[in-house]
Amino acid sequence: MSLRRRYFRDRLMQLLVYLGTLVVLLPLFFILYYVFVQGIGALNLEFFTREPAPPGEAGGGMLPAIVGSLVVDLLALFFAAVFGIAAGILLAEYPDHPLNPFLRLVSDVMAGLPAILMGLVAFVLVVKPMGHFSGLSGAVALALIMVPIITRATEGVLKLIPWEITEAGLALGLPRWRVISSLVLPAARGGILTGLMLALARGAGEAAPLLFTAFGNPFLTLNPLEPMDTLPLKLYVYAISPYEDWHRQAWGAALILAAAIMLANYLARRATRTGGQPR
Amino acid sequence: MPNWLYQRLGDRLFSLSIVILASGVIVAALLVFWVLYRGSQEAFATFGFWGFLTGSRWDAVRGMFGAWPPLLGTLITSAAALFLAFFPALATALFVVEFSGGRLREVVAYLIDLLAALPSVVYGLWGIFVLVPVVRAYVELPLFSWAAAHAPGLLPLLGPPTGIGLLSAILVLALMIVPYASALARDALALVPQSQREAMYALGATRWEVIRRVVIPYARAGIFSGVVLALARALGETMAVTMLIGNSVNLPYTLFGPAATMASLIANEFTEAEQDLHLSALIAVGFVLLLIALLTNLVATWILGRMSHGEGRK
Repeated sequence: MSLRRRYFRDRLMQLLVYLGTLVVLLPLFFILYYVFVQGIGALNLEFFTREPAPPGEAGGGMLPAIVGSLVVDLLALFFAAVFGIAAGILLAEYPDHPLNPFLRLVSDVMAGLPAILMGLVAFVLVVKPMGHFSGLSGAVALALIMVPIITRATEGVLKLIPWEITEAGLALGLPRWRVISSLVLPAARGGILTGLMLALARGAGEAAPLLFTAFGNPFLTLNPLEPMDTLPLKLYVYAISPYEDWHRQAWGAALILAAAIMLANYLARRATRTGGQPR
Repeated sequence: MPNWLYQRLGDRLFSLSIVILASGVIVAALLVFWVLYRGSQEAFATFGFWGFLTGSRWDAVRGMFGAWPPLLGTLITSAAALFLAFFPALATALFVVEFSGGRLREVVAYLIDLLAALPSVVYGLWGIFVLVPVVRAYVELPLFSWAAAHAPGLLPLLGPPTGIGLLSAILVLALMIVPYASALARDALALVPQSQREAMYALGATRWEVIRRVVIPYARAGIFSGVVLALARALGETMAVTMLIGNSVNLPYTLFGPAATMASLIANEFTEAEQDLHLSALIAVGFVLLLIALLTNLVATWILGRMSHGEGRK
């Protein structure tokens, strides 16, 4: 091949790479643009402080969905953190434990499962025995999504803590549990928090597993044994509704969700960059 | 506190509670499998496993449940989305690793990751109110009227140009899975040793030849497993697809017309299902989706493990 043709091909492929990147980034800009422009118009005091208006009527707000999101997501994070952090500790601090190969396989597999399946599982395990939809069942579904994320993050950070710290503790005569709880875990605190934040961000955006677990509820409630609304759920219901004003509020919900999730990801990213954290 | 209590019992209790909680994760995963398996038994008993998979009628009123339409819908949307997403995803990964540096690299990498972080419902909302009208006005209507005038044989393939249907769902799905393929490809490309590139440059290769002959072959395990993981994402993606695909379980599927995927069918019908058989059929669809997702993930892991052997990947 002549040199000129090789140069030409080089330039051409460079152009294609730029174009391909542009093809991906342009829609992203459009999405962010529309979410911001349409969403900002929907945000007012009423949006944050009122219960939804009856179908077809203008006005009303997202208070139950905002509160419900907080309750369901934090409850899910609590469940997931208890099990996920323990699993991460087992994987990293007891490397020879016979459960570990299964644990690693299982958490990898769970991370790749479609979220909606977790909703089905929570429906069968919680909604059916209780006889009605509930925020609790939604939290269980989200927890199943969050657990593998937390497990992986915790294992990753703990492995980055130098083994010498553990050895130093043991050399001082500290028992294993004190070494882990007072030396290793505090050193890894930032990374574990990052993992929790990423898990929360992931769960907070999910609507699919909540459709038939948390279900939705137009009235404000703090009781997770009742049906609850969350922002993604409300967004979905409003988006496919025929009402103009609900569409407007759906954009508002999208803006809040996107902003919260971007913030969580940004904080997680910054934490990872500054300290001895995973990746 | 006596010493043995502090030393021995403390250790015992601590490791015991860690093991119990961690086995909770294993139990949870087994429960996922067991619950879906049990729940689907009624449907499988009624129609047979293969009968259920290949049955082409999904009719809740008549109590006929065949999973072929949503299965086909899932396969079509995922394959098409993967096809559309592959080259842009590779391009973004190459851009980040090979064609940019410093601040720009960080910003683009962050933006690509942001695509993965945005909730599915937000894509769906944008799809309904922004993408669908555009697709209808600038893609479907012109194509449809051209076909009506010049190639009427194509019309049954195209379907009604309403904007809501397979095409819009595929487009949004493609955008949503780009970051998954891109992230793994990016990591794999970044692991290619600089010396490999330099050796090729020393032979007088152009930048593209270095990428084509050295960088991409070296990173192919990561690129492939990224593709398979993106496929796994596409198979299970629910909300955006449900909002855009039109939700019709009637075959045949057309390019513009409404369709359904396994995930969208579950999302759409589960709360309305009243007969036990209908519920069981939906859970059975979930079970099939579980099997496909498991298979895809195992293939991705297998590729990553197998192809990275002997390539000096760390």
